[in-house]
Amino acid sequence: MKKEIGIFILLVVLCAVVALKNPLFLSPTNLHNMAQLVGIYGIYSIGAGVVIITGGIDLSVGSFFALMGVVLAILLTEKHWSWPLAIIAVVGLGLAVGSLHGFLITRVGLQPFIVTLCGLLFYRGLARFIADDTTKGFGESVGFTQLKEFATGSLGDILERYMGSLCDIVRHYAKAHHISMLKEFPTGGLGGVPMPFILLVVISLLMWVALHRSVYGRYLFAVGRNEDAARYSGINTRRVTASAYVLCGALASVSGILLAFYTNSVSPSSHGNFYELYGIAAAVLGGCSLRGGEGSIIGILIGTALLQVLRNLVNLLGIPSSLDFAVTGAVILLGVIADQLMKQNAARRRKA
Amino acid sequence: MPNSTNSPSNGPGSSEELPVLRMAGITKQFPGVLALQDVFLEVKCGEVLALIGENGAGKSTLMKILGGIHRPDAGEIFIDGKPVAIHSVDDSIRHGIALIHQELNVLDNLDIAGNVFLGREPVWGGPFRLIDRKRILSETQTYLDRLGLKAAGSTPLKSLSIAEQQMVEIAKALSLKARILIMDEPTSSLTLTETERLFQVVKELRADGVSIIYISHRLGEIQVLADRVVALRDGANAGALARDEISHDRMVKLMVGRDLSQFYEHGQGSAGPASLNVEGLRTRRYPDRSVSFELRRGEILGFSGLVGAGRTEVAEALFGVEPATDGVVTIADDPGISIRSPQQAVSRGIYLVPEDRRHCGLVVELSIRENISLPGLSRLSRLGIVNRSRERDVAVDACKSLSVKAPNVEVIASNLSGGNQQKVVLAKWLALNPRVIIFDEPTRGIDVGAKAEIYKLMRELADKGVGVMMISSDMEEILGVSDRVVVMHEGALMKVLERSECNEEAIMKLAVGRMDE
Repeated sequence: MKKEIGIFILLVVLCAVVALKNPLFLSPTNLHNMAQLVGIYGIYSIGAGVVIITGGIDLSVGSFFALMGVVLAILLTEKHWSWPLAIIAVVGLGLAVGSLHGFLITRVGLQPFIVTLCGLLFYRGLARFIADDTTKGFGESVGFTQLKEFATGSLGDILERYMGSLCDIVRHYAKAHHISMLKEFPTGGLGGVPMPFILLVVISLLMWVALHRSVYGRYLFAVGRNEDAARYSGINTRRVTASAYVLCGALASVSGILLAFYTNSVSPSSHGNFYELYGIAAAVLGGCSLRGGEGSIIGILIGTALLQVLRNLVNLLGIPSSLDFAVTGAVILLGVIADQLMKQNAARRRKA
Repeated sequence: MPNSTNSPSNGPGSSEELPVLRMAGITKQFPGVLALQDVFLEVKCGEVLALIGENGAGKSTLMKILGGIHRPDAGEIFIDGKPVAIHSVDDSIRHGIALIHQELNVLDNLDIAGNVFLGREPVWGGPFRLIDRKRILSETQTYLDRLGLKAAGSTPLKSLSIAEQQMVEIAKALSLKARILIMDEPTSSLTLTETERLFQVVKELRADGVSIIYISHRLGEIQVLADRVVALRDGANAGALARDEISHDRMVKLMVGRDLSQFYEHGQGSAGPASLNVEGLRTRRYPDRSVSFELRRGEILGFSGLVGAGRTEVAEALFGVEPATDGVVTIADDPGISIRSPQQAVSRGIYLVPEDRRHCGLVVELSIRENISLPGLSRLSRLGIVNRSRERDVAVDACKSLSVKAPNVEVIASNLSGGNQQKVVLAKWLALNPRVIIFDEPTRGIDVGAKAEIYKLMRELADKGVGVMMISSDMEEILGVSDRVVVMHEGALMKVLERSECNEEAIMKLAVGRMDE
């Protein structure tokens, strides 16, 4: 927790500055949109972080988004698969791609950077080929409205749709007892939280337990720190390492579905460009060391939020949008430098 | 700087020959510890001075002061009777001091000559500073010849053995015109023959008037080599021994401050069923040599031989790190078990305390608790979630029963001394149920006190019926601890010596491959 405090302060300060300069930052629309993006980016950033904790890296996520986005669009709008089947197919694709990476890295013994760099090129090419290099849209959704609502809607919409009678009961109860807060339930308040964010919260909780409380998580950190010692302790290090890539693939496919509906159309040559780097940046900002064995879910979440605030800030403060990347790059660099200085300071204090 | 010289009379006017080096009243304070207190050390020209002491006694700190890595808080250093200030490694080199660390500082992507002249390559001159390779090679060759290393200066370092790499470090020291050579545990990773060769070189250097400060935990070597012994204990002088006073017992007494009674203890080895039986084991490295032996209940079976004799390969095959290509392994009544991975070995109760403690034995960045629980984590968990209070209890108990010296179990393993790290490695396995434990160089770089404790633990395990195998390159240890000794040579098992047949000569003969008698 101590490690994350620095970046958390940075996040709070940035938010405060932007909010002061432009009150639009705190407007419901802006917050809603940001929460949606944090949800989409956060889910796959956790995957990126898990891979980094094992000492590896996954560069293929962005291209994979294009590939699966194209596949999803084709399955739904051209092949008219039912949406649960299409989702199973796409998540299956994520698992398969992750397993392939894991196999090549742990069994064939290739370097993660090389394997996933080839993935980055290969999946992009495949996506363009499958889509005939044309943009695939979801159009007027027939047959998968529920999925679309789920991916882009808010908590309130979903509750209303699936638990309408329950909502009625709550509203009645609120009226009878004059609880003004719940009169409009489930819209307003927490009901406005976008679904991707809700999903992120659920996944984060699960992953937090897996990483910081479970045997699997301990193995993951041990393997990332010192694979040999882990192996000599009787841990199946190959399986642990490979599982990180599978997990990364699965989380990427969940994010990918949300992203595809967020953009509502998938242009195979640009969809997801650079996204793998956002994931890596969020993980590194959040305290994951590229040497492996270090990192936390909370850190990754704060890192993700920070990146989104930065991009939002460029818009809201009237900075030319061409400077978007430059601002992000500069802030990440400053963050990492500050972290390094603090570490050196701490080390010196321990010595002196 | 206060001059707190409390040395015996050895003023500049003394008629005796001037010591090359004199350190007087050296005091060094680290946060929380007084590492050195008023230490006095004198080295004469052309002598081998052995510096002994337990880990933490201050040997390394004293040598690092001499090497310019630390600065003393008080005290004076004289070279040839003249006071000098050593503020940096450069200063130290300028005064003719060379420090050869236990972990060799060589670059294995360069060749020998490149290493010897690293950082001070002679150049052709001109703006491009092109390296004068011819000169480097020829100069390197003279040093290599002097050290008797049969290799060209252009040989890549990668292709050299550890012993040869060490010779390269010595060559580098010679090229720096070093007059005082400090060697920290130089033999810890050498084979017996390589050690012999090193001793030869040390003796030759001594004859040439080079002074050598020799740090070692191997008291046998010191008896052979040293002209004088200086012992440190808890950062202060604990006494000195002249050539004819040097003996194992006196050195131990100086280091520990008391007699270590029954340093070595032999067991009986009962006639019961063997704890481990190995038939026709073949390893990938020596596919045409097979190894068969039996580990009796209650005995410690020593494995002796030169480095590269195939002992570690046998251990790694039994532990599944590098699975055997052939052979039948039986533990207790479990015949013909297959060990294809460490997981399988661990599930059968075969554990390895590896040679490379810091890299394979421990995840040194993790806490004591996390290291101890690592192999048995699933037993300490429910539905995949670790029961942290139980985990803690297990670690605390293990530390208590092995008397690991640490304030608590959350201490990061890298902050422990070698002996305590080794105890943590042991604790990992003892928390489970060992049937066979293989120790690979169990006391390398560990001080006398901790050594005795580890020997005692090994004996207790054997007495409890756990099969104990011990691979060691330390002859004293092999003779002192093992009940029987397996001697290996180039992948083959030469002979299993009974207790009564064990002596240094018999083992050496077999280790170099002679099978007469």
